[in-house]
Amino acid sequence: MKKKIDPAMTPSLSKSPTGITGLDEITGGGLPTGRPTLVCGSAGCGKTMLAMEFLVRGAAEFGEPGVFMMFEEHAAELTANVRSLGVDLDQLVKQKKIALDHVHIERSEIEETGEYDLEGLFIRLGHAIDSIGAKRVVLDTVEALFAGLPNHAILRAELRRLFRWLKDRGMTAVITGEKGDGNAITRYGLEEYVADCVITLDHRVHEQISIRRLRILKYRGSAHGTNEYPFLIGEHGISVLPITSLRLNHAAPTERLSTGMARLDEMLGGQGVFRGSSVLVSGSPGTGKSSVGAKFAEAACSRGERAVLFAYEESSAQIIRNMRSIGIDLAPWVKKGLLQIHASRPTLQGLEQHLLSLHDTVQAFRPAVVVVDPISNLTSERSDAEAKPTLMRLIDFLKQQQITTLFTSLTTEGTDPSAAENSQVGVSSLMDAWMLLRNVEFNGERNRMIFVLKARGMAHSNQVREFVLSARGIDLVDVVLGAGGVLTGNARVAQEAHELAAAELRRDDHARKLRQLASKRKAIEAQIAALHAEGEAEEAEVTFAIAQETLQEKTTQQNSAAMSQLRGGTNDNKGRKIGNSPTKAKQ
Amino acid sequence: MSTTTKAKAYELRLYVAGQTAKSLAALANLKRICETHLAGQYRIEVIDLMKTPQLAAGDQILALPTLVRRLPEPIKKIIGDLSNEERVLVGLDVQPIKE
Repeated sequence: MKKKIDPAMTPSLSKSPTGITGLDEITGGGLPTGRPTLVCGSAGCGKTMLAMEFLVRGAAEFGEPGVFMMFEEHAAELTANVRSLGVDLDQLVKQKKIALDHVHIERSEIEETGEYDLEGLFIRLGHAIDSIGAKRVVLDTVEALFAGLPNHAILRAELRRLFRWLKDRGMTAVITGEKGDGNAITRYGLEEYVADCVITLDHRVHEQISIRRLRILKYRGSAHGTNEYPFLIGEHGISVLPITSLRLNHAAPTERLSTGMARLDEMLGGQGVFRGSSVLVSGSPGTGKSSVGAKFAEAACSRGERAVLFAYEESSAQIIRNMRSIGIDLAPWVKKGLLQIHASRPTLQGLEQHLLSLHDTVQAFRPAVVVVDPISNLTSERSDAEAKPTLMRLIDFLKQQQITTLFTSLTTEGTDPSAAENSQVGVSSLMDAWMLLRNVEFNGERNRMIFVLKARGMAHSNQVREFVLSARGIDLVDVVLGAGGVLTGNARVAQEAHELAAAELRRDDHARKLRQLASKRKAIEAQIAALHAEGEAEEAEVTFAIAQETLQEKTTQQNSAAMSQLRGGTNDNKGRKIGNSPTKAKQ
Repeated sequence: MSTTTKAKAYELRLYVAGQTAKSLAALANLKRICETHLAGQYRIEVIDLMKTPQLAAGDQILALPTLVRRLPEPIKKIIGDLSNEERVLVGLDVQPIKE
């Protein structure tokens, strides 16, 4: 770096904090103490606002009273202008923390004759400084003098003297200047006199959306951020978004948060995502991204945590109505004050402005979970290179607050399945976990599938799940592997039915076989019984035959006895009686 | 031109900062011009801003020395050491008296 001019300076340049969000970060502590800083830019780029905030914050926060010398606006106008930022200038003036002086010069009233100098300006400034013991001075816009005073040679000499004088008095000064034509930093070359620190502001419109940028052109004796930083004028003044100055030093909690979908948690190592991590859910239209986001927010609320849902597609009433159709009722949480839904059109303001309002909301509400739906809408009108640093800034901010964030992102559905993945490359590297939702068209229907593309620091499933939205809520269903690959939807149901039928058939078959066996057994038993009966019958027959034969034998014996009697003629009656017997036996 | 000579038609105020060469020159020049062209019609008030700096804002004083014509209306300002008599007269809207 160049040799320091002021030998009284301490080795490291002392700096006066501006109190402007982000500006102190990129300047490494603020503007150079006791030196003038030139802030230049075209009309309406926020010069006066920056200068005013520097002064007001100096007076209110850092105990450094300041003099605001205005050459264009009236004190009343300025007071009104800064009141919109919530600053009561009158009060500060009354407390002798700020002195206002309106320097007005009308060319038509002035006649010039002979030698003069601008000692009057010095006296006024000196008087104002002494009256409140000021440490800071703003000259806005000193260039107006060029229009009021005809003799520019004198004016230039006096301005040089003025800046020198401010330096000698140890005033930390901000001098604003109008941007010149072409490459000129200022219209009247003020940068010649103010050489310590030069900040340029720029206000451009890109794709109908205005973007303000700040750049430190020069900061003698100090390292500083050299990039162009987007800045915003919000409700609380100026915010510069320093992107690259942020370090990656946020804490990494090991606590895990449920996504509200048990099966999804299961895919993420069984416990869900890490607290403070950022999760991307991307997918083509209608894949259920918003539903995942709403469920995530609902899960946080049911744990008793606060959640904010930033919606850029639907109004909050519409979200509540639509989510009710899949069994997610957000209305009670909104009523309870645990959930805030911020719906706005992405084209309402630039990306930075959106991020600022997001930032402000988060600061005010202090949620544990933030859902941005969808992030792709915010970045749509910006190139990846532009949007990425801003998103990085946002993600870092949320991480530092240990807020778990879920971003949804719309991808275009192409024929190439990897197109969806490729289109997110810019943002995805900032994310800790990335889930992809995809529509699969097969068998005459579209079905949703979900899979975890990455999940830093946790074992995660490599499986594709079918993502089913119904009145009962979100369900993740195992897909069925059929002959033609992964089956979903009706094909899955059909396959399942098919398998079920086959099982039933098998069961039936078994029953039939059992029945057959039973009847066979019965037949055998019957056979056995028949055989038994046959045996018995035979036995009976044999017994009968034996009896018959015995009888016959007896009869024969009797007959022969009778015959022998008859032949002997001994017993007539006996013979008759016996004679009857054989007939009986024959019967 | 006003015909009433006794009333001070011209009320002039000269702002200076200390006894610098420029302030002294301006006062001397002013007195000479007034005596020549506005004899008896003028009143000069000299304000040294070194002593009363709070008065500078009231008349929107920036350059020094500055001559302010407070009367007659409208207010006119002439900056510089008033060395150019002709321009001072134009500035004060005074018809020069021809010798």
